[in-house]
Amino acid sequence: MVQKLKIIPIYLLVLLFGHQIWANGVADNSQCLKCHGQVFYEYHNEWTDQTDRKPLNPFHHIDSTKLHTSVHKMFACVDCHSMEYETFPHSGELRLEEKYQCMDCHGGDETFAKFNFEGIEAAFMESVHYKASDERFNCWMCHDAHGYELALREDKPITEVVALSNNMCLSCHDNKFKYGLLSDDEPQDIASIHSWLPNQSRHFTKVRCIDCHTKVQSDLLISHNILPKEEAVHNCVECHSSNSVLMESLYAHRAKESRAESGFFNAVVLNEGYIIGANRNRTLNFVSIALFGMLVLGLLVHATLRFIVSKKK
Amino acid sequence: MSDKLYLYPVWIRIWHAVNALCFLVLLISGISMQYSNPAYPLLPFDVAVSSHNMSGIIIFLAYLFFLVAFAFTSNKKHYKLRFKGLTERLVKQIRYYTFGVFKGESSPYPTTEDAKFNPLQQVTYVGVIFVLYPILIVTGLALMFPEAIIDNFFGIGGTLLTALLHASAGFLASLFLVIHLYFATMGASVSANFKSIVNGYHESH
Repeated sequence: MVQKLKIIPIYLLVLLFGHQIWANGVADNSQCLKCHGQVFYEYHNEWTDQTDRKPLNPFHHIDSTKLHTSVHKMFACVDCHSMEYETFPHSGELRLEEKYQCMDCHGGDETFAKFNFEGIEAAFMESVHYKASDERFNCWMCHDAHGYELALREDKPITEVVALSNNMCLSCHDNKFKYGLLSDDEPQDIASIHSWLPNQSRHFTKVRCIDCHTKVQSDLLISHNILPKEEAVHNCVECHSSNSVLMESLYAHRAKESRAESGFFNAVVLNEGYIIGANRNRTLNFVSIALFGMLVLGLLVHATLRFIVSKKK
Repeated sequence: MSDKLYLYPVWIRIWHAVNALCFLVLLISGISMQYSNPAYPLLPFDVAVSSHNMSGIIIFLAYLFFLVAFAFTSNKKHYKLRFKGLTERLVKQIRYYTFGVFKGESSPYPTTEDAKFNPLQQVTYVGVIFVLYPILIVTGLALMFPEAIIDNFFGIGGTLLTALLHASAGFLASLFLVIHLYFATMGASVSANFKSIVNGYHESH
């Protein structure tokens, strides 16, 4: 509740001064990005009267290109961070500032009701990430608030959707520094722990990690209940069959939007791929079964006649 | 009294046996993948994939071996199509299988050392070995390395097209197998041709 009270001034700021700080729908954050958008930053040191050049902490670096195309591009940095950040050097106490969580803005709001953020939060709290990290795991560990972009809902190519999604997972599971924020262990090599997977590179570029590692929920576009590794999909036919689970996950959005009858099972996949066992053609199925049946029948008749003739001799 | 002709040297018999075994595995595993069903799996999917890949590679190597042997032995004479009068010869052979065999007629094109195939067999084997096999092998290898397939072929997904071609050719190959097995029973006796592909001797009627 306290968080929700904190957020009210953000809305007020945007409403009152929005026209001053927005340009083409993108907030002017140049003052912050002057340092945080760079690898090195410079400032005038009043004590030495010199210009100091320092490397920016990579965890505090903001990709300005991604920020300007992200879903949060209309927000000024201080909409979410303390106004005191406008003062440099920043006060050391500011690093203890409590950060907003997704639900502080997206929860309990009719505008976002169709995305079921409450359902997402409930699923997340069931996930292995949340349960195994003493509740230290939060939305920002996967979702980059400064660069988050919509992929599925903007109908990007599936390979792009997959890359964006998988990069979220790999940002920790293939990065020992970020992984180390939650664990003393080092992340395991992704390729070797998935060595059982045939055509590994094809799977990695065509399917998201979460398609196997989450429990599919029909009320969520993207399930957030990350399962323990033992419960991940390991049975090929869960995807490679006419009843493919991918229709409820990766292709759910498009399957609902496009029900075009092309004669293929799970036809929506065919726009950008092909899944053995999941994409069968009804007409070819029928024709092949009919032809095979006719052949066997014909041969049986032939064999029977041969048998009768041989007995008559 | 039947005569025996030595028509199938060792290399042909080994090649035939390898083909037969791989063909069966490819057929069963291919059907299992194409019609995969979690409730009624013909083969577990991973077993089907690995056995299909393995048999595919073996049959490809056997095919290369056949081509080399084909080029350097007299076996190629049996596959040399004579187009002049082919239609008439095919009609004659089909008429024999459809009617003649029930009237006790003799085969219009009996097996000899110079012509071990009748016209219908010859056309079928040429089609299977020099058309169907290359299609199956090329599309099969492409599906084994799908990153090599172009994404889009005139608006149709390259992988889809390759898979459709592979499955259709595989289906035709399965029809061939059934016909091949049935006609193998039409030798001097029901089992004569099965024995000859083991001992190498063809038994004439």
